[in-house]
Amino acid sequence: MKITLRIWRQPDRDAAGAMATYEVDGISPDMSFLEMLDVLNEELALAGGDPVAFDHDCREGICGMCSLVINGLAHGPEALTTACQLYMRHFTDGQVIDVEPWRATPFPVLKDLVVDRGALDRIVAAGGYISAPTGAAPEAHSVPVPRKDAERAFDAAACIGCGACVAACPNGSASLFLGAKITHLGALPQGQPERDARALAMVEQHDAEGFGGCSQIGECTAVCPAGIPLDMISQLNHDVLAALPRGKDQRG
Amino acid sequence: MMAVTAARRRATGSSTALHGLMAVGGIIMVLFLVAHMYGNLKVFSGQAAFDGYSAYLRTILEPLLPYAGALWILRVILLLSVGAHILAAFVLWHRARAATGGRGGYRYLSTANRRGVQRSYASFTMRWGGITIALFVIYHLLHLTVNVIAPGGASESPYTRMVNGFSIWWVVLSYAVALAALGLHLRHGIFSALASLGANTSTTTRRRYNQAAVLVTAVLLIGFLVPPLCILAGWVGP
Repeated sequence: MKITLRIWRQPDRDAAGAMATYEVDGISPDMSFLEMLDVLNEELALAGGDPVAFDHDCREGICGMCSLVINGLAHGPEALTTACQLYMRHFTDGQVIDVEPWRATPFPVLKDLVVDRGALDRIVAAGGYISAPTGAAPEAHSVPVPRKDAERAFDAAACIGCGACVAACPNGSASLFLGAKITHLGALPQGQPERDARALAMVEQHDAEGFGGCSQIGECTAVCPAGIPLDMISQLNHDVLAALPRGKDQRG
Repeated sequence: MMAVTAARRRATGSSTALHGLMAVGGIIMVLFLVAHMYGNLKVFSGQAAFDGYSAYLRTILEPLLPYAGALWILRVILLLSVGAHILAAFVLWHRARAATGGRGGYRYLSTANRRGVQRSYASFTMRWGGITIALFVIYHLLHLTVNVIAPGGASESPYTRMVNGFSIWWVVLSYAVALAALGLHLRHGIFSALASLGANTSTTTRRRYNQAAVLVTAVLLIGFLVPPLCILAGWVGP
């Protein structure tokens, strides 16, 4: 396959960026999108140029490092798929493909297609945990968890924190990420003591990072590679609105 | 653990809380619209019934309350709802623009997939649609409530004001355009309000609420559109 790529190039955080056009030939339909970028980078390096910087790690769809907006869609055209699991057979020979980084004010571009997603880490640090005494792991049956709640928590825990929801959201909101994290712990008995404080602290951090609000458009869930459903945002809204009148922050 | 560097904003002013406020205001307005539509349909019972209903609205709970007391209580609740709804909308609009470099859904240079994956037309016209509705409501109040603008002739009788106004084609047309904007706003807004208040609990609920939003919107649009069309057609007259 021969592919024409239009890729966002930006030398560093403070520099202005622009789209640059590259041609790559000899692409196998069985290559992943990242392997196709590897081919381009090998050619660029051999020619003495600067390879395109992009985030990647496990390349099997579970680490959440991929962050490519391909033809205007976060993670490209395939549903429930990260960019690393996207194969070139989903494109046509001779196609022009636009590749851009996640765009949101809380995600500054560091170089080319790499953005700083530390804002998501700080949201988790604000309350995405439970406080439990350390020591030996408790006996698994000591706290029974209804199957429905366990399933719900597992579905929420599937979030890999890639930030595609933010990239796709017309409001630049990280509500789907936030909803997944709040639902994950809020559905389990172990998460109950800090449920109110967690919801308030995490939503405060979310807003302080500069993410927008959720207007229930649903683009986030459509691009989410982990299939986080839109109703987890409603769970987040429920937990925050329920905690507000109680106004208790157990951690002071 | 990472240091929490960014400053915390109080959760009461969070986008989630503002969306909750906007949702409550919106739901109160929808309830008002249902009552308003019911009142409009009284035009088919004739002038005496319509004007009598209008007079009755001012005498509810008399003599416990003064003349028009109950009506003014409802008006104040409605005005507060409208104010809170619009205020929250503008703050959230500002935040969304700040979060996306002012470009919203158009922040990617690629011209492919500009309409996203699955978003509805209604969902991304909420803001400009809301402004359209607000401008219409001002005109509508000046026309039929305050009796300042009087296409077709002013009158002390609400029935005559309505018949005089909607006998003119452009009055009906502007009304229909405003109803189209309202329909789109409600189509997404009713679902969005329920979800903002935490009531969307599953994929099935999401579908049910969207169906409910379409149903309520359709009932309101038909209920509001039938009287003006019948007046324009001459089936309801002085």
